[in-house]
Amino acid sequence: MTGVSAYVQNIKQTVSTIFEGMAITASHFMRKPYTVQYPDRMAVRVQDTLPFRYRGILEVDLEICTGCLACERACPIDCITIVADKDPVTKQLLLSQFDIDIAKCMYCGLCSEPCPTGSIHHTTEFEGADYSLESLIRRFVKDPVIAYKPKKGPETDPRIAPILNRGMAYLDQWAIPGSDKDAANKAAADKALDQPDAGDAA
Amino acid sequence: METLIHNLVAAGTFGTNSSLVAALVIFVLSAVVFLGVAFPFAGIVSWVERRVWARIQSRVGPNRVGPNGFLQWLADGVKHVCKEDIVPDDSDATLFKIAPYLVVLAFVLPWAVMPFSSSLILADLNVGILYMTSVTALTVVGVLMAGWASNDKWSLIGGIRSAAQIVSYEIPAGLSIFPIVLMTGTLSMQGIIKGQGWAPQHWFIFANPFTFIAANILYVSALAEGNRTPFDLPEAESELVAGFATEYSGMRYLFFFMAEWGNLFIIGAIITALFLGGWQFPHVTKNPVLMNVLELITFNVKVLALVFVSMWVRGTLPRVRIDQLMSVCWKYFVPIAFINMIGTAIWVAIWPDGNAFMGYIMLAGAIVVAVIFIQRVIFYLRRSRMEMYFKPTI
Ligand code: SF4
Ligand code: SF4
Repeated sequence: MTGVSAYVQNIKQTVSTIFEGMAITASHFMRKPYTVQYPDRMAVRVQDTLPFRYRGILEVDLEICTGCLACERACPIDCITIVADKDPVTKQLLLSQFDIDIAKCMYCGLCSEPCPTGSIHHTTEFEGADYSLESLIRRFVKDPVIAYKPKKGPETDPRIAPILNRGMAYLDQWAIPGSDKDAANKAAADKALDQPDAGDAA
Repeated sequence: METLIHNLVAAGTFGTNSSLVAALVIFVLSAVVFLGVAFPFAGIVSWVERRVWARIQSRVGPNRVGPNGFLQWLADGVKHVCKEDIVPDDSDATLFKIAPYLVVLAFVLPWAVMPFSSSLILADLNVGILYMTSVTALTVVGVLMAGWASNDKWSLIGGIRSAAQIVSYEIPAGLSIFPIVLMTGTLSMQGIIKGQGWAPQHWFIFANPFTFIAANILYVSALAEGNRTPFDLPEAESELVAGFATEYSGMRYLFFFMAEWGNLFIIGAIITALFLGGWQFPHVTKNPVLMNVLELITFNVKVLALVFVSMWVRGTLPRVRIDQLMSVCWKYFVPIAFINMIGTAIWVAIWPDGNAFMGYIMLAGAIVVAVIFIQRVIFYLRRSRMEMYFKPTI
């Protein structure tokens, strides 16, 4: 008897699950798709919707690069090539080459960590597709530039301050959940995010 | 058709050899029908199907080529024609090349007995439904041939699976056609359709409980024979790369899938003719042409509704395992189909002219089920976010 009842039970289960499944898919048929129609037909650029600290293609702000080569040494796969020489006349450090091979880069972010000035950093740009490997090498130095000379003291360059500020605001806002200063933190963070240059005065 | 040929011959346009002219005219006409109806149908179905799945999976689907992506199928066709036709080394080249055509043949031949309306049928064979089920089974020869000739283990397993599957499901499919043959006493498509009325309670699906079950079994078996999900084991891309189609490229590859999409129409047409009243439409006008057009529309609406259900099923159910596939066929469908057959025989013996009352009861039951189904759909819609309802196109 168990055989027969199991048999009937199987049929019942099959029919009811198909019935239920078809109802679910029918309801989906009447909903709006979630798809983001990248790259065209978008309300905003995808780059603008990416989260803060997204690790996209690297960018170098040569005006605050000290030429310390810390990033070159940190990169595990040698995709950064820096040539920095002393100018024989002015005795200043001259950056004559700063290449990042984004074909090799794995976006690990190890290079941006030791950078003392935050000059090498990730952008939210991620569209690197191209027809030749050559063009995937980003060359940041056109003509030799004089390396940035950091000032003494804990806070050196005004340009870093807003970046630091933003990072701290981000941490305050998101990385300490449940703290009783949540609301205050959020307000502060919003303020800092709105005015990235607020750190100038400090 | 014959009168047309006779007129042409009588007019002296083509000399006097009338059989040659007839053959030529038939050849040209079938080419026109194939290129003009069957091929675009398969193509458009491919686009519709991709859109339907996409919507079911909350995606968009092809929407770039043409309005709402409508010309996607043409673009795909052009792309496949432009691709290289690769025949693998050590394969059985002749069989490898023929196989796709056999599969397409299995999709083209049934159109000969397709009852579009009361007079729009190429040949009303008195073994019409038998012819239809037998020529669609030609697919298995093509698929097995493709699998064997490819000289590839994925293909071979795919082909063997297809053989096992199609041969098995022939049995419940055939047994589910029997009840209708018992009730009408004919195998001709038109004869079967004329045995039904235009109103749902006069359709054979609602004639008695046995035919209702038979209709469901036949539909599922037909899906299995057409290699459709949830029974698309022969080209299971997750286990067998692409099964019997692994080694194919270009247009030959596309032929297999054209046949698959085209077969949807055949599946729908068989069910419609046998169980859903075919082209039956109330006699609203004396004009034969208008009447035929109305019948044509009725038939196609029913068939396309079933085609849509096939897509919907494909978007819903996951692929079954091979042992589940076999157990569904042999443990469930075959015995139940036998019971159906005997039950219908007894039913016909008791009520030779059918039981009109049963038709109404079955129809009422079907409506109740439909209402419950719609309630479930609304329940699931309610659980989704409000702003996502009813925004069909994108
Ligand atoms: S992100 Fe990683 S891989 Fe890329 S340059 Fe920096 S250290 Fe090298
Ligand atoms: S980018 Fe940063 S780490 Fe690299 S050389 Fe310049 S200052 Fe040093």
